[in-house]
Amino acid sequence: MSKRDLRNLTLASAALGLAALLPLYDTGYLLSIATTMAMFTVLATSWALFSGPTHYISLATAAFFGLGTFVTGLGFQTLPMWMLPLIAAGLGAVLAALVGLVTLRLSGVYFVIFTLGLAELVRQLVTWVQNRTGQRGMYVLTSITERDIYWQLIAMAALVFLVGWLIARSRMGFALRIIGNDETVAKHSGIDTAMAKILLFMISGAVAAVVGAMMAPRYIYIEPSTAFAPILSFQVVIMALLGGTGRLWGPLAGVIPFTLLWEFISRNAPNQTLLLLGLAFLLIVYVLPGGFVGLYERLQHRFGSGGR
Amino acid sequence: MFFILITGLLLGGTYALIAMGLNLQYGVARIMNLANGEMLVAGAFAAFWVFTAGQVSPIAALLVVAPLAFVVNWLIYRIMLQPLVKRAKSRGALEVDSILATFGLSFALVGIMTWAFGGGFFNYSYLTGRVDIFGSSYAQNRIVAFSIASLLAASLWIWLSYTRAGLRMRAVAVSPDSARLVGIDVHAVSALAFGLGGAVTASGGALISMFFTLDASVGVMFTMKALIIVIMGGVGDIRGTIVAAMILGVAETFVARVIDPGLTLAAAYLLFLGILLFRPQGLFGKKPT
Repeated sequence: MSKRDLRNLTLASAALGLAALLPLYDTGYLLSIATTMAMFTVLATSWALFSGPTHYISLATAAFFGLGTFVTGLGFQTLPMWMLPLIAAGLGAVLAALVGLVTLRLSGVYFVIFTLGLAELVRQLVTWVQNRTGQRGMYVLTSITERDIYWQLIAMAALVFLVGWLIARSRMGFALRIIGNDETVAKHSGIDTAMAKILLFMISGAVAAVVGAMMAPRYIYIEPSTAFAPILSFQVVIMALLGGTGRLWGPLAGVIPFTLLWEFISRNAPNQTLLLLGLAFLLIVYVLPGGFVGLYERLQHRFGSGGR
Repeated sequence: MFFILITGLLLGGTYALIAMGLNLQYGVARIMNLANGEMLVAGAFAAFWVFTAGQVSPIAALLVVAPLAFVVNWLIYRIMLQPLVKRAKSRGALEVDSILATFGLSFALVGIMTWAFGGGFFNYSYLTGRVDIFGSSYAQNRIVAFSIASLLAASLWIWLSYTRAGLRMRAVAVSPDSARLVGIDVHAVSALAFGLGGAVTASGGALISMFFTLDASVGVMFTMKALIIVIMGGVGDIRGTIVAAMILGVAETFVARVIDPGLTLAAAYLLFLGILLFRPQGLFGKKPT
């Protein structure tokens, strides 16, 4: 571990520690926004773990997230609370593996299209099962407060950052960067490209499912159309790309401004959120390719402090 | 059973037209247009609007909808997408860029349409009489929509197969680089194909509005179906697109009638899954060597 690694580790732990103190200061509106931000930080960072190096745009976040909320919704009365995120992680990984096995051997377009409808597909299937069994939405009434959820999410964020850091240093991370640059080269150097992509997609899917399981008590009432709302996938993609996927902290740099903007727009002009989402996509493609990270690196390059 | 087959084929005809529009845009212009469904909804809105405001039949509305959609899509290609094509270093980079840009466009369009027309469902009654075929009765509007869709699809096919402009378009679809070598202006042909694709899809929207209830945000469902049809039929393969659209139409109708109307997307996904697993090159595609 080099000096720089040590410095980054200290900085990251300090920042996370500071973030964890927030509920002591305020448990109202501020905590509510911070919880949303923490949720998106975990989701966007884990999304970028997979989609950053490979350039495969996954729109499946909502499917994994919804799966997680349903695990909590169905199991919180009979199973111990600590088991639910683990089950969600397992199911999320299995779903990701299935999707990955079908699509990740083929080109990126198939993957995007398949994940685009995945949340809607799972929603239709769940609704159908519910109709057959005569079940409706369910109440998740627990003693878990927003503060607990926030702390769980911060812990999850720490875990995701750690995993991302470890992956970037591992052979696996190296392999993924080669795949992202040129898949043919990667294949010729003996990398099992499909396997590497599937494994990483499983991590990303498992994390999204865990976040869903943790967030479920916040919603109190769960039904398929809200749990699997596809908009979540797009929000995650926007935030990650707006921040930039080149660095581990990139998505966080997108989550904070975009969550605030989204909050502002949905309070003042609730019908214009989709327009905002569309304009944000266009902004990223035309003005900010590489996101804030890319901008930061270009500026750094231009005003050349040199040593990164 | 026979009723399901006919209803499915009637639906498939309109699907075929919509998917042909997407196939032109992806096959020739190389743009994976995820705002395709919004063009469809815009076409449907236009037909709805002229019908309720002026009692103009949706078929007459096509005469306005198609040229208008052509111009709009041509401009979209020239202004928004051509810069992306020019800056792209590889096919993969262009795909990511065009997917993100057209997603942006799609959300922006949904936002604008919701703002302009409201978020509610819309439909109108046009040609609601019924026709008897082989002992079961079918709605007139579905049959008319199917006939016009087939007519448009057939003319498009003939135009692509037998005219010089169609030949140019097919040349670009096969290989943009080689097409440039024989003196074809690839950007102009791509813009034309993109505009034409948009016009075809918007016409499909106007037709489908005769018998479907739509709202401003339903576009993505149609994009999804059109994408599945295009992949199932093979990119750039018109015959494959038509067959795939018919299969999807019948499969969807079957699932909706026999199992549950809420599972239509699941039916489409089942087909998609089969294609991805067994024939990723499309129904009639050859295995890449």
